[in-house]
Amino acid sequence: MSDLVKVNVDGVEVEVAPGTTILQACEEAGAEIPRFCYHERLSIAGNCRMCLVNVKNAPKPVASCAMPVAPDMEVDTKSEAVQAAREGVMEFLLINHPLDCPICDQGGECDLQDQAFGYGVDESRFQDNKRAVEDKNMGPLVKTIMTRCIQCTRCVRFATEVAGVPEIGAIGRGEDMEITTYLEASLSSELSGNVIDLCPVGALTSKPYAFTARPWELKKTETIDVMDAVGSNIRVDTRGREVMRILPRNHDDVNEEWLSDKSRFVWDGLNTQRIDSPYIRKDGKLEPASWSEAFEVIAEKVKGQENNTAAIAGDLACAEGMKALKDLMAQLGSPHLDCRQDGAKLPTNANRANYLFNTGIAQIEEADALLIIGSNPRREAPVLNARIRKRWVAGDFPIGMIGQDEDLTYPVTHLGNGSETLAELASGKGSFFSTLKKAKRPMLIIGQSALAREDGFAVLEAAIELATQSKMISDDWNGFNVLHIAASRVAGLDIGFTPQEGGQDVDGILESASSGDIKTVFLLGADEIDMSRLGGSFVVYVGTHGDAGAHRADVILPAATYTEKQAIYVNTEGRVQMTEQATFPPGEAREDWKIFRALSEVLGEKLPYDNVETLRASMFETAPHLAALDELVDAGAPDASSFNVDVPLSDAPFVNSVQDFYFTNPIARASKIMAECSIQAQAKDVSEGTGTNG
Amino acid sequence: MSVRRVAENQPDDFAFSKENTSWAKKQIAKYPEGRQASAIIPLLWQAQKQAGGWLPEPAIRYVADFLDMPHMRAMEVATFYTMFNLEPVGEHFVQLCGTTPCWLRGADNLKDVCRKIIGEQNTVTDDGKLSWLEVECLGACVNAPMVQINDDFYEDLTAEWFEKILLDLKKGEAVPAGPQTSRKASEPEGGRTVLKSIEGDA
Repeated sequence: MSDLVKVNVDGVEVEVAPGTTILQACEEAGAEIPRFCYHERLSIAGNCRMCLVNVKNAPKPVASCAMPVAPDMEVDTKSEAVQAAREGVMEFLLINHPLDCPICDQGGECDLQDQAFGYGVDESRFQDNKRAVEDKNMGPLVKTIMTRCIQCTRCVRFATEVAGVPEIGAIGRGEDMEITTYLEASLSSELSGNVIDLCPVGALTSKPYAFTARPWELKKTETIDVMDAVGSNIRVDTRGREVMRILPRNHDDVNEEWLSDKSRFVWDGLNTQRIDSPYIRKDGKLEPASWSEAFEVIAEKVKGQENNTAAIAGDLACAEGMKALKDLMAQLGSPHLDCRQDGAKLPTNANRANYLFNTGIAQIEEADALLIIGSNPRREAPVLNARIRKRWVAGDFPIGMIGQDEDLTYPVTHLGNGSETLAELASGKGSFFSTLKKAKRPMLIIGQSALAREDGFAVLEAAIELATQSKMISDDWNGFNVLHIAASRVAGLDIGFTPQEGGQDVDGILESASSGDIKTVFLLGADEIDMSRLGGSFVVYVGTHGDAGAHRADVILPAATYTEKQAIYVNTEGRVQMTEQATFPPGEAREDWKIFRALSEVLGEKLPYDNVETLRASMFETAPHLAALDELVDAGAPDASSFNVDVPLSDAPFVNSVQDFYFTNPIARASKIMAECSIQAQAKDVSEGTGTNG
Repeated sequence: MSVRRVAENQPDDFAFSKENTSWAKKQIAKYPEGRQASAIIPLLWQAQKQAGGWLPEPAIRYVADFLDMPHMRAMEVATFYTMFNLEPVGEHFVQLCGTTPCWLRGADNLKDVCRKIIGEQNTVTDDGKLSWLEVECLGACVNAPMVQINDDFYEDLTAEWFEKILLDLKKGEAVPAGPQTSRKASEPEGGRTVLKSIEGDA
């Protein structure tokens, strides 16, 4: 292409697009440039001066991160002059940086430490007192040791640009410049933990992880997060059997390199409240038992009542576990099973387009109009919300909203509170309809608050109607999106963990359980249902934590969490991803599918697989797309024709499904860190409610 | 310069007076639509005037809300510029120049006067009349030594005369601003020596 600019970096010629910075051109040419303030996902600040290079005919070294390339520029990154310039910058940076690496949590993974290796001089010429800065409060997640700060302002730019919560700033000036929040208020972003990763030094570190481990003694396992339905790529760091921390991994199509606070800081919940052995309720009290004892009790109860057995899968269940439980129910001859424990009216037919986030997370950036229906993406999927915000920041992106009007970190046009507004839009009325229609790539996001209600199917039907009417679906664009909250949900629907011929859904199961028609209920990590409605039924809880389900259970079978098994999860886009085992389940706990396989033998209905490979092979037979890891399979167009719309649209407003972001699942509820965050967030809501914030 | 923090004791709230509100709106109207944040410095300045020479924390928030910008952004501006006083000042706020020309001409003596009459820097007298602060060059070196009291320069000071000014201000008496000798503006002491007449004028 002729509009490319030719640049010569250390004798290597590269062609880059005009407007590329010298730093990017150098990377293209394979020259590594040290940097602190520059970050490819943030705006350019150009204030650390570490990325100095020499450009031919320039009077002095230039900051390569902030300078665009010019045609036939000759850049030199390796000469002595450049080395000397960078050493000079490094000397200035180190003047006020404490020599406390041995007690610094960043030690071993510190940009300053690493780069001082290349550009630091062996002794300081600075004779005066070093600057000392008071530490600042930033809430329960981010620990600050501000003396270490080198004022790169990455955290300020992240909070303002990506998180959309402009709470961090730099007060004072010159030597006295300090990074802080407004009067040291806690950060209110759901993405605040990312400033820890961004900080190139040890000024912002993880408070819960403080002084617990060193990076070189950790075993790093690359796996998938299940705290929301985004399927963020994570790295779980373990020491021995204990998860020490969770960090994001880069995946440009899913989470970029961000991670929500719940996903990042939930790890202490993995170690507390854990069920480590089977339990049987005897005389109203749960008592530890052996696996065979527990299985015997279940077999006794199920015998003769096979048809009256039901199963509900929770939000964190993996595909393998649900598949095994589904097969077990099929062997028992019971049609009552459901993976939609919140009662979401999601279609059970095979058309995946009806329940997927069809556009794809990365493709949000290509959309040019958005309608959000009954969802608060900021709480339901913070990382996805950052993507919407990224698109909004790029400009020309009208966003309409039906449901509870809350701060999503970008402005939205609030169109109405409930389904009547949706119906109006679907019939082609309202100004936002013409906005959608005019757009070339419009999209809508329908959330669980719009679907988890009596008239859910009618709402979904109206949304599909709207998508069709406003031309959201074409050959190369699918703008119909369902945003899930539960990591298990898409996999559950994919493998058909839904009522079979003549079966009951969650509501029906609970109804029949209270009336006594259903005798035994299997809860696969299902804790968010109304336990009181289980009535006198015999409850088998297969799960990881002593949460609501375990409290109600008659038999508890201990299972493994997402960090303790290799398992398939499907995110809201339909992207199939596999977790890796980072640690071992505690005590007697086992993977879900193994539990059901073992139980099936005792029940006399042996499941036909002895290892996870055969289980997966049988799963791929019914749902072949699950075999394609990390690929998006085009699901086609959503189609409401098969819906059984028995309840017409009601005019009740949509109420957000996620009321407390930090408490959505049993692992988070067991986490002390999440509890602290929740208290902070509530205190903030209250103070804002009384108007003391102006 | 040193680390500046907002004062410990703050008023409960702050709001522009009616006149200042309409004044502020006029300032904002100078900037294009959507760029109202550009008016932050004049508005903070006006808020400081209204609050009695210092900028209370509620005023920073108020101005930020007034301009529809994050509180933190306004705080950054208020802490960056030293002309915004983050702690209460006296009714007559003395900014004493201590930079080289003034210092050579006896600024240290003026500081002693301040300590004697007012006390240490950044403290307000009990009657609330006076406080003082040493600042860098105010650009009136020709008339050194000098101080700025509120909006006015007081130049060509001697320790005795400066003490009298402070005492007069304390009593509530008016003190004329400008050079405190017979000198006019920045003319040489004892009258002009050149340009005495303009050709054709005499």
